[in-house]
Amino acid sequence: MSNVQIITGNQAAALAAKLCSVEVVAAYPITPQSQLSEILSSYVESGELKAEYVRVEGEHSALTVCISASTVGARVFTATSANGLLYMHEQLHWAAGSRLPIVMCCVNRGVGAPWTIFNDQQDSLAQRDTGWMQLYCSNNQEIIDTVIQAYRIAEAVYCPVMVCYDGFVLSHTMMPVDVPDAAAVKAFLPPYRPHTILSPDDPMNLNQVLFPGQRRDCEGVLRDGYMDMRYKLQAALEKAPETIRAVNTAFAEAFGRDHGGMLWEYRTDDADLILVGMGSLASEAMDAADRLREEGIKAGVVGIRSYRPFPKADVRHAFRNAKGIVIFEKSISYGYEGGLCSDLKAAFYGTAINAPIHNYIAGLGGRDVKARELVAAAKDSLAGFGQGMAEPQTTWLNTTTG
Amino acid sequence: MPENLFKLNAKEYILPGTRACQGCGLSLGYRFALKALRENTIVTLPASCLCVLHGIYPSTPVMIPCLNNSFASTAASASGIVAGLQALNKTDTTVMAVAGDGGTFDMGIQALSGAAERGTDFIYLCYDNEGYMNTGTQRSSATPMGALTSTTPILTKQQHKKDFLKIMEAHDIPYLATVSPSYPIDLYDKFVKAKKIKGTRYIHMYVPCPPGWGFETKDTIKTGKLAVETGVVVLFEIENGKFRFTGRSKTLAERGNRLPVINYLEKQGRFRKINIEQLNQQQAWVDVRWQEYLRRAES
Repeated sequence: MSNVQIITGNQAAALAAKLCSVEVVAAYPITPQSQLSEILSSYVESGELKAEYVRVEGEHSALTVCISASTVGARVFTATSANGLLYMHEQLHWAAGSRLPIVMCCVNRGVGAPWTIFNDQQDSLAQRDTGWMQLYCSNNQEIIDTVIQAYRIAEAVYCPVMVCYDGFVLSHTMMPVDVPDAAAVKAFLPPYRPHTILSPDDPMNLNQVLFPGQRRDCEGVLRDGYMDMRYKLQAALEKAPETIRAVNTAFAEAFGRDHGGMLWEYRTDDADLILVGMGSLASEAMDAADRLREEGIKAGVVGIRSYRPFPKADVRHAFRNAKGIVIFEKSISYGYEGGLCSDLKAAFYGTAINAPIHNYIAGLGGRDVKARELVAAAKDSLAGFGQGMAEPQTTWLNTTTG
Repeated sequence: MPENLFKLNAKEYILPGTRACQGCGLSLGYRFALKALRENTIVTLPASCLCVLHGIYPSTPVMIPCLNNSFASTAASASGIVAGLQALNKTDTTVMAVAGDGGTFDMGIQALSGAAERGTDFIYLCYDNEGYMNTGTQRSSATPMGALTSTTPILTKQQHKKDFLKIMEAHDIPYLATVSPSYPIDLYDKFVKAKKIKGTRYIHMYVPCPPGWGFETKDTIKTGKLAVETGVVVLFEIENGKFRFTGRSKTLAERGNRLPVINYLEKQGRFRKINIEQLNQQQAWVDVRWQEYLRRAES
């Protein structure tokens, strides 16, 4: 029995946190995340959600509260955007280094200076190397479903998950969302029972200073040094795609919705030209692909759902027959190109995938991107590819350049 | 109050072999603090001298569960532990955040102020060795005027110590106390009392630091005592707004036989370049506070 509600992305995320029975919430308001932290406050004050809500004095503390509460065994949630996420940066590393299954929503927003409150994905992309998994949502249904999946993934891998969705475009836009049944979510996501917690019953010193090399403990057992622990984090994330795919499959079986695991594909079966993106831009690319097909261009879309861990095997499969690739990104690695573009090229290295690739930077600081503009961009790319350009220069869409 | 050291909790929570420096004032005070709080305690601490005292993985001399956190986050970490324990109905555990003066006066002030304003149920212990001693004796906002540090190496520190006790008192917390490891019974007593109180409790521990301050390791207790005898350090507690001198400071207040500040300063290498004007200012700074405490004790 479905329970479809017309809700914003922030409402979807708040509902998901409630359905996951989070035990500690710590958040600091920032546009466009604010509504999410407000809704969670009302859940806690009304008693709908039995959780401790710590109304912290800043984002650095928000994530610190989550880290420490998770360490003593509580399921925790936080959310932020843009400069709030950057203010957390130190603690992002701390959370992943501590191997804590924290789930956080990043309501994507452009980063100052200069100030913008509007959407792009520079904030979360800039956190790529913190050891967090990053899952991108392309609509509000994906937000609610991905937050629920994120807890199951995080608690299996012992690594934190950032659920990213576009500010305003999704956070403040109402869409029909099938809200999962609470009992079904409880069955899908059992209570958090970590293998290690900090407790007076079993005193230990967590995150202690260590030396570069391995050292023996008082019983003579050789224990990890810093680098061995870092390797274990990397090994866990390299294996995490298996968990992400398995959780997606289990979710599809339980709730009847399949969001694709590491990535999703749209009309790619016979596609010559594949458009790629993350989040709402990928969603919009589906509209563009339909229009391109109306004009006789066989276009399809790949939406990257998991940016970290990167879906290397999945993209090699999805792009195996591509004759042209157009990558739309809402962020830029300054001095080079879009980060997703670089990662895709690296994933194709040494394979038979040799399609020309055109990278577009689009929608920074909320600059509007229409489906017809994606269509025009894709046709420009095709024209360039037709003239033998294997790697046209990165193009800034709807921007005064030169 | 236990009348002598033999009446304190005999159990040790710090085994021999800490990595603290010889003569460390913190290691003495921390030992008695843990004795007062006992087993059912969780400690959270940032990168600091205490982090060093706690040893290097995979061994630790401290038997109390401990979470290391980043420098700016100590009180927020305590908030998280308290919230987590509350959510899991484990409310009988004492949570103590411990940070140095740098991690309290400077980088940790935001998180501490936030936690105190929220009335977080925890003890915050600031151990004040008046500088960034762990990183090599740099100036902090707790460093007193006239002190040489590795970042005031020629001219000495030009400003007074930040009056952090006033800042904490302004948060309207139920309990605030100062302690010194030179007076362990007074210290122990205050931790026993703090443990029983709900809400944010702030304890300020002055810890003489032989390498940072420039005195011989055998003189730690003597230096701590001189600080109290001169009124540079005043032992007191403020419980629900009510000020009370304690221990040796109470006797000094009653008898009025406080020593001049020079008696304390002249024993420490860090003050070897203090000039007469700074010395007078230091004395005046101490006198003003002493008079204020006397007035408060009388009212």
